[in-house]
Amino acid sequence: MIRPHQQEGPDRFYVITSGRSGGADESLDAVALIVAESEPVPGMQSEHARILRLCRSPTAVVEVSAHLRLPVAITRILLTDLLDTGQITARHPRPAPSPARPLASPDVLEKVLVALHNL
Amino acid sequence: MSPEPAPAPLPATTEQALKIAVVGGFGVGKTTLVRSVSEIRPLNTEETMTRAGDGVDDLSGVEGKSSTTVAFDFGRITLDATSVLYVFGAPGQERFWFLWDRLFSGALGAVVLIDTRRMEDSWYAIDRLEAQGTPFVVAHNDFGDADHTLDQIRAALDLDPAIPLVRCDARKRESAKKVLIALVQHVRSLVTAQAR
Repeated sequence: MIRPHQQEGPDRFYVITSGRSGGADESLDAVALIVAESEPVPGMQSEHARILRLCRSPTAVVEVSAHLRLPVAITRILLTDLLDTGQITARHPRPAPSPARPLASPDVLEKVLVALHNL
Repeated sequence: MSPEPAPAPLPATTEQALKIAVVGGFGVGKTTLVRSVSEIRPLNTEETMTRAGDGVDDLSGVEGKSSTTVAFDFGRITLDATSVLYVFGAPGQERFWFLWDRLFSGALGAVVLIDTRRMEDSWYAIDRLEAQGTPFVVAHNDFGDADHTLDQIRAALDLDPAIPLVRCDARKRESAKKVLIALVQHVRSLVTAQAR
């Protein structure tokens, strides 16, 4: 399996996150859709600027991670920075299936079936 | 390494993302299945588990090793103007299962992709999905060595008769698509049964 970030040491991640390993919004789902609410400004950290450009249309957290070539955990830290300052917003998945209620709603399932049949 | 692909933007009105996970052993065809149904070239990234936790290799005492990293890939299918479905391919072995909690919780359901030559690779995933109550189907990716009937495979997996088991060719869109349809129909039947 290809490991895109493996050749890059943890030093890079340390710099990108200013040494933080926590502080990320753990409620930020892997498929929460990120939408930029502002344009990049000069002097901004390059990863933040790239996120703002990437998220001009809704982009899932994992997609941001893949395009930035950063692990999801590091991406979450960067996204939390931008969420905290209102530069992005997140469209969270609706009440997700959970252990107590593990099944999706019938209308969602119908929608998925129609789309799959049309693939 | 290939240059960063240009992202294919989702409609600005997209507000709801759903996910399905395809789990299985190495080389069983997870990426192939994702590629067959995805509207974008599958993307690849990774997640890191920084501490040893439940169901993860105990890393204590391993000098200089503080994290487990697992690569996974995913594709996506735009459902309509407001919804998108992400399809993830991920290893199903126990030591990678932290991915489920961190990334795939809330998934609509899962596909366990199996190879009859390495059936044991899927035992853990099946047990785990059953235990956590995630709806799933099992798909046998047929490498042209279909010398096992589905009944034989079901017996070898000790699979609950209520869990759909299908055969597929993960390289073909129509076939890969049918696997996802089988999953969604299975979830729908569970919803219907629950409503009674």
